[in-house]
Amino acid sequence: MAENRVALITGAGRGIGAKIALTLASENIDIAVVDYGEESAAAETMSALAAAGVKAKYYRCDVSDFTATKAVVDAVVKEFGKIDILVNNAGITADNLILRMEEADWDRVLNINLKGCFNMIKHVTPYMMRKRYGRIVSISSVVGLMGNAGQANYAASKAGIVGLTKTVAKEFGARNITANAVAPGFIKTAMTDALTEEQKKEMYKLIPLGCLGETDDIANAVKFLTSDAARYITGVVLKVDGGMYI
Amino acid sequence: METLEKLKEILSECKGEDLDITPETTFDELDFDSLDKVDIVMQIEEAYDISLGDNMQLSTVGELVAKIDEAVANK
Repeated sequence: MAENRVALITGAGRGIGAKIALTLASENIDIAVVDYGEESAAAETMSALAAAGVKAKYYRCDVSDFTATKAVVDAVVKEFGKIDILVNNAGITADNLILRMEEADWDRVLNINLKGCFNMIKHVTPYMMRKRYGRIVSISSVVGLMGNAGQANYAASKAGIVGLTKTVAKEFGARNITANAVAPGFIKTAMTDALTEEQKKEMYKLIPLGCLGETDDIANAVKFLTSDAARYITGVVLKVDGGMYI
Repeated sequence: METLEKLKEILSECKGEDLDITPETTFDELDFDSLDKVDIVMQIEEAYDISLGDNMQLSTVGELVAKIDEAVANK
């Protein structure tokens, strides 16, 4: 039997990250769950991963902390022996119009969403290089491609991920390391569930496919980009947005 | 001699094969690309807790061994 691949996924404790973890686990990929929250908040995800029959371990870490991310990457390699796949999914929002946006909110969002990706890539790539194999997928957003009033910090961080991804693709291509981004549109979450029917209708008008995406849609895109079927794909931004931004 | 052995280990790991190197071996012969060179410098710096800088113009393994020994002595 072939050896399982190993994926390190940030923000995998819950939400889209957890769905990505479970989807990759269904492909017999061992999972290092990295999240900022208490391990108890990820209990459901960890037991689902155990039920899927793969090796899974939880690591608590703030991805914006350069030193802490190095320690986590080293610990994951020590425990799992390697890292084949990195999924940069951790992200936050702190929305406001620029006129009202605090400097601290700009810094916090850029540090977690963008610097967090850099930190993980910086520490994971030396290991991938020596193995001559790596699959890196970072979660961007259509907002990073089209802009969005009230989300200057978030949109800038997600656009930054696109530039970072393309650069990583160029720097590490010779080592069989691919780097791609997935740009979700509106995805059904607790936040969109809270919207009124009227608000939802307005939102649907912006989406040619006329409905919200599911977390599965994002996880399946990540599954594809980390699979052998995508071996010749690097430096792309795969929009998963129902056609919202064309 | 100890440094040469350690260096042999690092260069072999980077190349993915056991290299037969001597102090006279040149880096041209070893044919490392720019990514390899950065990786090698990083591994040496980590192993010896030294800083070698970004612009090393070295032609032989022996010169690199001398550079490492010098950096270790000056720690």
